[in-house]
Amino acid sequence: MRFSACGFACKTWGVTRQQLLFLSLATPHLGSRVVAWSMFDGTGRSQTMAGDSAEPPYESVLAAMKDGWRVIQVPVLHVPPVGQEHETGFLRFEYVLERLVDVR
Amino acid sequence: MSAATLPLLSSKQLAAFVADGFLRFDALLPDALARELLADVAAGKLAADATGGPHSGAPLPRAGMRLEAAFGEQQVLGRVLRFPPLAGIIASLVGPSPIYDHHHAHVIAARQAWSQPWHADAILDARMAFDIQLFFFLHDTPREMGGTMLLPGSHLRRINESDVARYQNFRGQLATVCSAGTVVVCHHGIWHCGQPNLTDRSRTMFKLRLNPSVRQLRLWNTADVDDPSIAEILTRDHQWYGSEVRLEIVKRIKLWRHVTGNARFDVGHWLTRLENEP
Repeated sequence: MRFSACGFACKTWGVTRQQLLFLSLATPHLGSRVVAWSMFDGTGRSQTMAGDSAEPPYESVLAAMKDGWRVIQVPVLHVPPVGQEHETGFLRFEYVLERLVDVR
Repeated sequence: MSAATLPLLSSKQLAAFVADGFLRFDALLPDALARELLADVAAGKLAADATGGPHSGAPLPRAGMRLEAAFGEQQVLGRVLRFPPLAGIIASLVGPSPIYDHHHAHVIAARQAWSQPWHADAILDARMAFDIQLFFFLHDTPREMGGTMLLPGSHLRRINESDVARYQNFRGQLATVCSAGTVVVCHHGIWHCGQPNLTDRSRTMFKLRLNPSVRQLRLWNTADVDDPSIAEILTRDHQWYGSEVRLEIVKRIKLWRHVTGNARFDVGHWLTRLENEP
């Protein structure tokens, strides 16, 4: 239990850590299929790494939102430079989501 | 055995290489040859010593040497590279007398619990000409040993080395699980990562990179170059790039035109439509 500056006990105050979930989608539509995924756990309770799962944790960003994840970054849609219209590189439609976890 | 008598790859195999970025040859090396090469790696015969000089007395190859000069017939690796099925694969992809780039023995200790981040080797390299990397799996490699994971179809993307390290998982990612003597031949740009070795034995994978010394034009057995299945091979969807699949197909068509010399080759009118400026 933590106490506020005025001396009242605040049971709702906790210690939270951030988890980040990167979901790349087939199209920019938030309901479209997840094609790549990464998770980084600031609680230290799980360890994730390349190649550690065959199926994504959610089928779409929308599904993750319904499960309580908050979207903190959406991909910027940009026009490719002239002459580079057909180039590919990083996956284009990557969303970043966060969840705060109470670690008390 | 001369290049003219080597068993070369087929056009369908080349198309698979263009589309997937790799080819896999299960148990290609005879058991005895794989064991001999593994023993050489374990004995440090393919490594430099601490001073950077040769460990075993055999001269170290230098980048830029022709392959036949880099590893002589008296060396185990030299015999491996002259093994006709492997020599034919090399000739089909990078032609005769390829250039030695570098080699490295990847030895992952027992109970090494971390995977390597996703990456492509060297640096961003958008040439149409391509190097190959030969991944030799010299002993049985079950999934728990952590054989190299590949991302099929990633080889034509413009990224530099560890730019992709934040990615962890993709649909269609492919761990190498194989028997001894398996050789995986990769395009220089393919994304890959070593996997954890959860066993009590160390895991060894020997890698060799080769550059072409000739224009890579119809180097393989082109008897089936007009096979209709090639179009289907070149348009396969690896499921991890969503709506970019059509861009990937265009890039593969351009590479197929380059290796066949057929400037009008097309699949599904994809490039012809773009080139139509009446």
